[in-house]
Amino acid sequence: MNEIVTPKSLGLSREDLPNSYIGRAVPRPNARKLVEGRATYTDDVTLPRLVHAAFLRSPHAHARIVSIDTSAALKVPGVVRVFTAADLAAVCDPWVAVLAHLKGMKSAPQYPLPLERATWQGEAVVAVVAETRAAAEDGVAALAVEFESLPAQVDMETALAPGAVVIHPELGDNLVFTRTAETGDVAAAFASAHKVVEATFHTGRHTGVTLEPRSIIADYNRADGTLTVHHSTQAPHMMQNVFATQLRMAESDVRVICKDVGGSYGIKVHVYPDEMAVACMSKIMGRPVKFIADRFEAFGSDIHARDHRITGRLAVDAEGRFLAFDIDDLTGIGPYSVYPRTSAVEGNQVVNLCGGPYAFANYRCTTTVVLQNKAPTCQYRAVGHPIATTVTEGLVDLAAEALGMDKVAIRRKNLIPDDAYPCTSPAGMKFEGLSHHASLDKLLEMVPVDKIRADQAEQRKRGVYRGLGFASFIELTNPSPFMYGIGGAKISAQDGCTVRMDPDGSVVAMSGVTEQGQGTEAILAQIVAHGVGVPVSKVKVVTGDTRTVPYGGGTWACRGAGIGGEAALQSAIALKEQILEVAGAMLQAQGASLDIVMGEVVDKATGQARMPLAELGRIVYYRGDTLPKDLARELVQTRHFITKEYPFAFTNGIQASWLEVDVETGMVKLLEHWCVEDCGRVINPMLVDEQVRGGIVQGIGGALYEHCVYNEDGQLLTTTLADYLVPMAAEMPDMHVGHVETPTKESLLGAKGAGEAGTAGAPAAIMNAINDAIAPLGAKVLAQPFTPDRILRALGTIA
Amino acid sequence: MNRRIDIALTVNGERVARSVDTRLHLVDFLRTELGLTGAHTACEHGVCGACTVRVDGEPVRGCLVLAASLDGAVVETIEGLSDSGEIRDLQEAFVARNAAQCGYCTPGMLVTAADILTQAPNASREEIREHISGNYCRCTGYQAIVDAVEDTLKARRTREAVR
Repeated sequence: MNEIVTPKSLGLSREDLPNSYIGRAVPRPNARKLVEGRATYTDDVTLPRLVHAAFLRSPHAHARIVSIDTSAALKVPGVVRVFTAADLAAVCDPWVAVLAHLKGMKSAPQYPLPLERATWQGEAVVAVVAETRAAAEDGVAALAVEFESLPAQVDMETALAPGAVVIHPELGDNLVFTRTAETGDVAAAFASAHKVVEATFHTGRHTGVTLEPRSIIADYNRADGTLTVHHSTQAPHMMQNVFATQLRMAESDVRVICKDVGGSYGIKVHVYPDEMAVACMSKIMGRPVKFIADRFEAFGSDIHARDHRITGRLAVDAEGRFLAFDIDDLTGIGPYSVYPRTSAVEGNQVVNLCGGPYAFANYRCTTTVVLQNKAPTCQYRAVGHPIATTVTEGLVDLAAEALGMDKVAIRRKNLIPDDAYPCTSPAGMKFEGLSHHASLDKLLEMVPVDKIRADQAEQRKRGVYRGLGFASFIELTNPSPFMYGIGGAKISAQDGCTVRMDPDGSVVAMSGVTEQGQGTEAILAQIVAHGVGVPVSKVKVVTGDTRTVPYGGGTWACRGAGIGGEAALQSAIALKEQILEVAGAMLQAQGASLDIVMGEVVDKATGQARMPLAELGRIVYYRGDTLPKDLARELVQTRHFITKEYPFAFTNGIQASWLEVDVETGMVKLLEHWCVEDCGRVINPMLVDEQVRGGIVQGIGGALYEHCVYNEDGQLLTTTLADYLVPMAAEMPDMHVGHVETPTKESLLGAKGAGEAGTAGAPAAIMNAINDAIAPLGAKVLAQPFTPDRILRALGTIA
Repeated sequence: MNRRIDIALTVNGERVARSVDTRLHLVDFLRTELGLTGAHTACEHGVCGACTVRVDGEPVRGCLVLAASLDGAVVETIEGLSDSGEIRDLQEAFVARNAAQCGYCTPGMLVTAADILTQAPNASREEIREHISGNYCRCTGYQAIVDAVEDTLKARRTREAVR
């Protein structure tokens, strides 16, 4: 617990104060540049002597690189140089993506370009550097690379079977990681059950489709031995460390600058070999190298996610109480675990999160993580959450059917009581304070269930099949070092903020967390304005430059508001105290008798204005000679924050989906969607609502449209936005968002994350709604995405 | 593949003359030749709409039009629309509604939405959704964008009625 100050001393309860910004829908200060086309994404940056990289990528899922002839490529006008794997390996050490706390985990060393074998179709094999991207692509086209195609292990189901192609022979087999969590007596619980339901679910392999593709400019300066990287990344300090370590440089000689980022969702928090290759080439050439992935490259080399088969069983007693969950998860992650977060974390999260909203005693869940010759998978928005929620909520609906119970009633009966906290889940997750019942109550205020059920019954008479589906979920946010640091990954779980008051009374806040469009800079400005006591327009926020901001983790696992926000609040409070100490000396008053309101030092008791901050700034910076000699006058403060009591701040919520299935075409029409979530203290309700809505739509994408489809040879068939479907405006429903606020006691701010909630619950809500719609026809779908083809097969319309 | 062609056109009200590679697309011409980085490349197949700009008054995909074909054309980008103030109200509605998150799709979305303001001033929410369906947004879930366009349409209709 934080004991520096109490909410009362800060005035968090005084929401009527003019500069009380926490909880207000303040517009984002950086939105105007976005709407005027004046943002700075990585590709918008250009530098003197800049050259452009393009890659020849493997056309085979698995192939030996027999020979590379670069002579014709080097003759292409504009081509400057061609790099092969050995060139880059000379300056860059390979990396192995394992975490020590994931016991038994293994993976193979990975190089910027593969030395001998390509192990997925789309893996970068040779790099061409040229004066323009077009010339670099001409150079790639002129390369002559001979591949010897090798048998590919594509299907994860057979990756461990006898006779499977072992992708990295030195590992012995294709098993990356397996873990079983077991609590209670699962066998006895199933033996004593009134009913047991069982099903196998599939979640489709999909990807983030950031509209701005992965983008990087590496700029090695031989004069001072520094590497400056302009990078579309979520974790600048992590990347600084990675570049330095792999390129054998001092971390202080590497600087990562990350201005505007055009979407990330977890896709841009990983180490990509082609991006490492760019850094290597810049170091070798001593000039800036730019690489912007095109869409084809993005589909074949951005991380994919959610390629899972999950079989689950749920045991219930005669009253509908849950006795035990028994779950078996299998996932294929491609040929390498992705550095440094590892590709085992998604499966590990499935083990951590299944059954999460419910009170029950007996639990067994196993995840098995295997290699395959497909693009690598890793963490994407709401890591593992939609998978765990799909199996859990799918089984809950099956149990309700088996018992003849109402689907809301069975949830009400089994959700962990709101007064049960703190408690530990059967999977070992520590919950500080959740609000499942309050959230369900709130949802039922919003969803007109009786009206919908009446409409559903009426429509069915006319051959129109509509369904209502529910999904409760938990969401892991505010991660501590128990997520990565404990496993040896140099990913900061703490974050810092430096705030400084300038002579004009304005405040600059520099934060280690980053802005990818979610509004981080807006909420930091609100928090700092609130904490110091200035108008929000007086706060300027700096993020995304490792040379200037405090060392921190960046954006992942919903840590911006909860971790970065608390650091900002504490630094703002410290700055306010410092300002008031100086003001006290100037006004011959005790600092404690003064306050700051809207940029003015005031008498705390009467509210009477005493001095504008600009006047205080003028004297401190320009006429410091008039102040007492021993007065501490640093109008700059830094605070760092890390959670201490709980490894994660869990949030919770519940979603409902109302949709119509066209049983003739198999098409799903979304009618309405609801989400109630509890992210602790809401700093900016408008931004939270839009985070939730955007998250829901990404969940809908995985449930209905998005799918990285491979053929049996490991050829990716969905390589353009014409093949890979993402949600469009016309198909999306109106989404109603409601909030319950249970602030975390770990921080003064009390904020938890909100970015994953929508994605975590939407697929399960959609699945349950589809199955509710088609239940009268005796059909059920359990494999995502729920395409028309799959729905028609379930209905028996097509074989 | 390196044949060049001379073109002269008007971009955001300024006359521009360049010798361009015949294979150069409009969006790349704007970005690399003129430094107008507001239009973005995202799908490169004319699907997503992030590169949408106006050519001779019509919204077009900058990734599907060759710069060499634009001799004599009038091109307007988000920078030009911003400077002229033509869509100031729409942009303010986007800010007020948080209808942009990462902002990458936003310039293209605005050019398309600007088209609704003149072509379909009475558009319903459904029609707005249809109209912007060629512009992908991966962040917002579209609802705030629909709200912002609807707000602008209503405000313009009210202003018209007062006149």
